[in-house]
Amino acid sequence: MAKVPVQFTLNGSEKAEFIESGTTLLHALRDKIGDTSPKGGCHQGTCGACSVIIDGELRLSCLTLAETCNGADIKTTAGLAEGGVLHPLQRAFLDAFATQCGFCTPGMIMAAKVLLDRTPNPSRDDVVEALSGNICRCTGYEPIIQAVLVAARANSQNAA
Amino acid sequence: MSLALQTFSTVKDANAALQAAGTRYLGGGTLVVRAANEGDVSTSSLVRVTDPGLSQIAVAGGNVGLGASVTMAAIASHPELAALAPAACAVGGPAIRNMATVGGNLFAPAPYGDFAVALLALGATVVNEDGETPIETFLANRDTSRAIVTTVGFALPGAESFRFLKVSRVKPKGVSVLSIAALLELAADGTVVSARIALGCMADRPIRATAAEKALLGCKLTPREIAPALAAAGEGIAPITDPIASAWYRTEVLPVHLGRLLSN
Ligand SMILES: Cc1cc2nc3c(=O)[nH]c(=O)nc-3n(C[C@H](O)[C@H](O)[C@H](O)COP(=O)(O)OP(=O)(O)OC[C@H]3O[C@@H](n4cnc5c(N)ncnc54)[C@H](O)[C@@H]3O)c2cc1C
Ligand code: FES
Ligand code: FES
Repeated sequence: MAKVPVQFTLNGSEKAEFIESGTTLLHALRDKIGDTSPKGGCHQGTCGACSVIIDGELRLSCLTLAETCNGADIKTTAGLAEGGVLHPLQRAFLDAFATQCGFCTPGMIMAAKVLLDRTPNPSRDDVVEALSGNICRCTGYEPIIQAVLVAARANSQNAA
Repeated sequence: MSLALQTFSTVKDANAALQAAGTRYLGGGTLVVRAANEGDVSTSSLVRVTDPGLSQIAVAGGNVGLGASVTMAAIASHPELAALAPAACAVGGPAIRNMATVGGNLFAPAPYGDFAVALLALGATVVNEDGETPIETFLANRDTSRAIVTTVGFALPGAESFRFLKVSRVKPKGVSVLSIAALLELAADGTVVSARIALGCMADRPIRATAAEKALLGCKLTPREIAPALAAAGEGIAPITDPIASAWYRTEVLPVHLGRLLSN
């Protein structure tokens, strides 16, 4: 299989790789680049565990071919903490017991981050809608929804 | 998975490359890449086009042109396309809507194709290198069509005349039990002057409910007057059976939901 060059920014760092044509972004991130924060749950677009942010939009890395991301700005949960300090969303997920096995957590956090970037003070319905493409088999969702609302409040207090 | 992606800047070159066996066009990839992940080896090569014209939305003089690569999210957030937002928002969750394209939705087998149901009710025209095709003809022949769709065009409906409903079991983003779109023109006294009704999941692809359309003409949208149209809605349908609903269930609930959509 032909190898193709791919270049993009991942959590602020330039990445340049040769990958097999047709490789998914999920595969490239996890197995080639070593960012294992996006999880491969279903590889079918259904679970949302592989969600990443590409050029400001939530996308499924299992259904995105890596070579279509040339020049893109990609963000994953691995890039959220700064200087060893957790992002407010990560903190809130821990504090609100929104994480059990943790498999869905990176995808949930990416979906929540896109929401809070655009809608800093979301309603509960906004949160439910934003997380509607992400499946969790452990928490029952309510702690996750609460965690996102808590993180939103923390953010708006910081901004005030 | 063994797939090779070829990228072209023009539709013309990509159309030529698509003629090779085992080659398929890549829109947003939500069905094509999923199939490859699932082990479908019928496709060995994917073709895509980077021409930004394919992602353009043009609204002018009451007409809309949607590039085939326009995503559901782009339609849902376009200020002039508010009438279409419910149909665009019916497609998957937020990440899927950022990836799912208009072109791909035209080819999506039931239970998918919710946006194509809306386009069928709107009487859209589908454009590819063969020219312009009415959407009915396009949908009927889509299994053998290999040409890249570049645009769909239709007259922008007024907020009053276009109605869309998706019925699903998992809220807010489950796949369709059925979807219905209706384009209705009413006289000043509320009588139906013209009607186009399209149904999703009532066949392997979106279909028109022509008997119901005819029965609606001259009616007011009251429960009593629309009753014959609801009774006629099941004519010519062959609903799908899938894990979401059986053909029997879909047949039973179609008149109920059509009634809710039509009643003011
Ligand atoms: C989890 C999940 C949930 C979903 N939920 C829904 C839903 O609720 N409603 C719904 O309608 N759909 C749903 N879908 C299906 C799908 O996302 C949409 O139908 C979408 O619009 C398909 O577009 P795409 O660009 O991703 O298609 P692709 O996967 O890129 O392509 C699909 C087919 O269309 C062909 N094609 C694509 N673009 C063109 C073009 N311009 N010219 C010629 N051929 C073309 C491809 O070759 C392929 O055969 C869902 C999918 C997933 C994975
Ligand atoms: S692994 Fe991508 S959506 Fe499940
Ligand atoms: S915490 Fe286990 S899947 Fe969500």
